[in-house]
Amino acid sequence: MAALEVEGLARHYGEREALRDVSLSLAEGQTLVVFGPNGAGKTTLLRVLATLLRPHAGRVSVLGSSLPDEAWAVRGRVGLLGHEPLLYRELTAQENLRFHARLHRVGEERVAQLLDAVAMGGRAREPLRTLSRGMVQRVAVARAVLHEPELLLLDEPHSNLDPAAVELVAPLIGRSSRRTRVICSHDPAGMLAEADLVLGLRAGRPALVAAAAEVDPEEIAELYR
Amino acid sequence: MRSTVAALLRKELLVELRTLESVPGMSLFAVTTFVVFHFALNRSTVEGDLGAGILWVTLLFAAILGINRLFVADAEEGGFDGFLLAPVERTAMLVAKALTLLAYLVVLELVAIPAFALLLLGPPLGHALPGLIGVLALGDLGVAVIGTLVAALAVRTRARDLLGPLLGLPLFVPIVIGGARATSPLLTGAHNAAPAARWLLTLGLYDLVFGLIAYALFDFLLED
Repeated sequence: MAALEVEGLARHYGEREALRDVSLSLAEGQTLVVFGPNGAGKTTLLRVLATLLRPHAGRVSVLGSSLPDEAWAVRGRVGLLGHEPLLYRELTAQENLRFHARLHRVGEERVAQLLDAVAMGGRAREPLRTLSRGMVQRVAVARAVLHEPELLLLDEPHSNLDPAAVELVAPLIGRSSRRTRVICSHDPAGMLAEADLVLGLRAGRPALVAAAAEVDPEEIAELYR
Repeated sequence: MRSTVAALLRKELLVELRTLESVPGMSLFAVTTFVVFHFALNRSTVEGDLGAGILWVTLLFAAILGINRLFVADAEEGGFDGFLLAPVERTAMLVAKALTLLAYLVVLELVAIPAFALLLLGPPLGHALPGLIGVLALGDLGVAVIGTLVAALAVRTRARDLLGPLLGLPLFVPIVIGGARATSPLLTGAHNAAPAARWLLTLGLYDLVFGLIAYALFDFLLED
């Protein structure tokens, strides 16, 4: 069964087109990696799939539910890790995760388990504003997978993470998590190996949609020229 | 929905306790305004209509400071998105935010009413206090609901600091009128003074109408 079905998706902000004619299909458990220069529409695509933005044209189905009409059925099954950590700076890592756990009706033991998994157990009671950006990103990873989402939407997930932290979060958001994933990235060398399907965006339009095995890295480099 | 409201309310109060961004500012504003009135009116005491007007206008402007900041942490730190991604009723945020604002107003009045009695009010407040608490409770409820609605609308715009008061003030006018008219008899020093029933009823009806409007509209304000 397809986890994602997108056909002719368009989205604009006022007069400016952010996405146009985007079509793709992604099977359950597979990974779509989206490449494209800044402003190409990658984040907009993630936000549409997360139900945070409405599609203005086309057909979008996420985990079998049609957007925007059945968005309520998708919420709680999707984990979003974006540019913003979606965490409150004045609250501690533990308080932030407990807050999201209550919203998603997840038990306290999962919070403790995830804080240990991202090696934040020792600093779980310090306000986020006192932590480094890498540490906040680790807490954000824990927040994104707190409710065991079926679909992970990851916008440059390794930003601010050092190589050790990238290893640390791999079981949660990496290929080994066995989740369906959509990853936005500027790192073809690192991310092409993670991909089953590649989407290249340029000015909101798909310049490349292909199985990862068939993609020449030069085609991705071309997107940025 | 109750557990979602409790989680949101707990988070709101924790953030305010850590930052002290709203309530101290609101309280200080109210006390400073009473001092300004004390000197600007060139009289040491006020009572009746004038006293009630000063009290309600000051409380309203102090409330606007809190209303302007009600959704700022959510908008700036991505709290909106975090909430919208959760499988919960959107109305829970309306209820939690209105309860938060209500709590801010209660603390504000715990500071502002004694300051008003000390700095401006002529007649003693003691015997009028139960009636005043009733009027303030009805007024606070309306300010909390309308304030939450207006703040949710304004926070997603670039001119939120301007738009909040501009949208809110016309909607708050009936509360100020009703509150001041109901409070006026309480500030005359008469021993058997009671708030005017028709103004209490007006405040109650206004609260009910805006409660229903907020319930109907709030989901749409959070949508893209």
